[in-house]
Amino acid sequence: MFKSIVGRILSMLLVLWVIITVTFVLMHAIPGGPFTAEKALPEAVMKNIEARYRLNDPLPKQYADYWANLLRGDLGPSFKYESRSVNEIIAEGFPVSAELGLVAVTLSVLIGIPAGMAGALYQNRWPDHLVMLLATVGISVPSFILATLLIFCFALWLRILPAAMWGSPEYVILPALALAGMPTAFIARLTRSSMLEVLAQDYIRTARAKGIAPFTILWRHALKNALLPVVTYLGPMIAAIFTGSFVIESIFAIPGLGRHFVTSIYNRDYTVILGITVFYSALLVLMNFLVDLAYLWLDPRIKPEGED
Amino acid sequence: MDFSPLKPTAEMLQKQTRPHLGFRQDAWLRLKKNRAALAGLSIIVFISLLAVFGPMISPYSYSDQTLANANQPPSAAHWFGTDNLGRDLATRVCYGARISLAIGIVASLINLGIGVLYGGISGYFGGRIDSVMMRIVDILYGIPLLLYVILLMVVLKPGLLNVFIALGLVYWLRMARIVRAQVLGLKELEFVLAARVLGASPRRLIFGHLLPNSLGPIIVTLTLSIPEAIFIEAFLSFIGLGVSAPMASWGVLASEGVVTLRSYPFQLLWPAVAISLTMLGFNFLGDGLRDALDPRMRR
Repeated sequence: MFKSIVGRILSMLLVLWVIITVTFVLMHAIPGGPFTAEKALPEAVMKNIEARYRLNDPLPKQYADYWANLLRGDLGPSFKYESRSVNEIIAEGFPVSAELGLVAVTLSVLIGIPAGMAGALYQNRWPDHLVMLLATVGISVPSFILATLLIFCFALWLRILPAAMWGSPEYVILPALALAGMPTAFIARLTRSSMLEVLAQDYIRTARAKGIAPFTILWRHALKNALLPVVTYLGPMIAAIFTGSFVIESIFAIPGLGRHFVTSIYNRDYTVILGITVFYSALLVLMNFLVDLAYLWLDPRIKPEGED
Repeated sequence: MDFSPLKPTAEMLQKQTRPHLGFRQDAWLRLKKNRAALAGLSIIVFISLLAVFGPMISPYSYSDQTLANANQPPSAAHWFGTDNLGRDLATRVCYGARISLAIGIVASLINLGIGVLYGGISGYFGGRIDSVMMRIVDILYGIPLLLYVILLMVVLKPGLLNVFIALGLVYWLRMARIVRAQVLGLKELEFVLAARVLGASPRRLIFGHLLPNSLGPIIVTLTLSIPEAIFIEAFLSFIGLGVSAPMASWGVLASEGVVTLRSYPFQLLWPAVAISLTMLGFNFLGDGLRDALDPRMRR
């Protein structure tokens, strides 16, 4: 157990190193510097700017500097907004994104798991067909389309919810629904199929033969095992919700990290792109690690070496 | 009563209990019974026909601007209406189908190529090669891939070819894992041993024996990765990193439609319906193929 946790921490650090290096290399592979604007700047000004942001140093030195700053928790200044650092941008946007993401994750788990269980319990009858139909539609409709449909229905037509912006709780509802759509559908499908697998096993038949009430069998015996694949999916799901929030935040004009990311792409604000990528990736790698730990703890059958 | 074993006669041994079916016939029979999969297949065929013939039949071109006709609602002349530059939306949606389907198919084929090669080699040689190669895949798997597609597009500049490259380079991991798992399971079986005893080269073993026998899961993964690629391209176009104007994928059309959502909602409706229908079609077909090709693999 201990050995496998250490192994996972090591591989997490390796992943982080790869992420940071790849991102750094990609950002420096861009033809033209970040200050090549439509209107060419005078050469002296260009030199000054490059010296200020240390773009003239040899690449290995820039890489080392970036790491040194990173280890102190400093992601550097924004190229576009002179007075702001990447750290400030992240500190400002992240709480908003986290709140939205948390609501979306909760929604998708709370709706997806019961829906999948209902599908498995009534296999090949109408509740199952309904769940599977909705779930397939759910994974087929991109979040930005769901978002605009929701805006159209609830904000423009029924006029009961705000179409955009951020503030009081009612502003969370539409973007959270749009964000939760696809993960909910995926969780429902996953829960259904793994539940079907569990329900076909001998120990469930034994429980049934002993005369245990169907609800108790489902709740006490089947659910925990059926949820294992869902737990595995939680890591990628959190990733999907976070990256999905890029577009959702842009559509709903929510001042979160995702919108900053999209704006920084439009602006070609490289330090911000780099900083947010590193931050997001680190966060997601950490989440995956926690999910792995939860998995080890939930399923004693898992071999510590991580054999397939 | 007589419990002695029955003597098998020549006639009994030759009697067929059911007609012999090849892999393809068997799969097709099972697929035909699945109504959702057939519906998916019909949607895909329909949209492909629109993509091929739509722009040819239409009297308009996808890039002709007639500003006098801007933002017209659907009418007899313009079935889907026109956009803010007076371009015929029906033509643009059909043309968008070409781009989006091309992206889905080409990106998936690149994934297929890389994934099959990588997974096949890793699974076939096993041992240390396998553990190193799979370790690399594991590490790449931990990276949030969509972020890197976005970064690659920033670096490469938007454009059709670069969308192919970015998607192809990043999304082959799942294919590699599935091929490797298949090859690993198959290579210990007797028919492979027989081929090896007969002196087949590794290349012949991989491409002639192991891969053809893993076709089921490969086809399923391929079918399901096409909508994923279309989806990601739509996403990229939506944030301004997909194909460049005047080319139009469905994602471009959708992001143009969002701008005018309040006044002309139909401009978003068509690309949204097209994307969702296509995704639905491929997902239904993929699920059906999974049941038809490999009843054991469930998820």
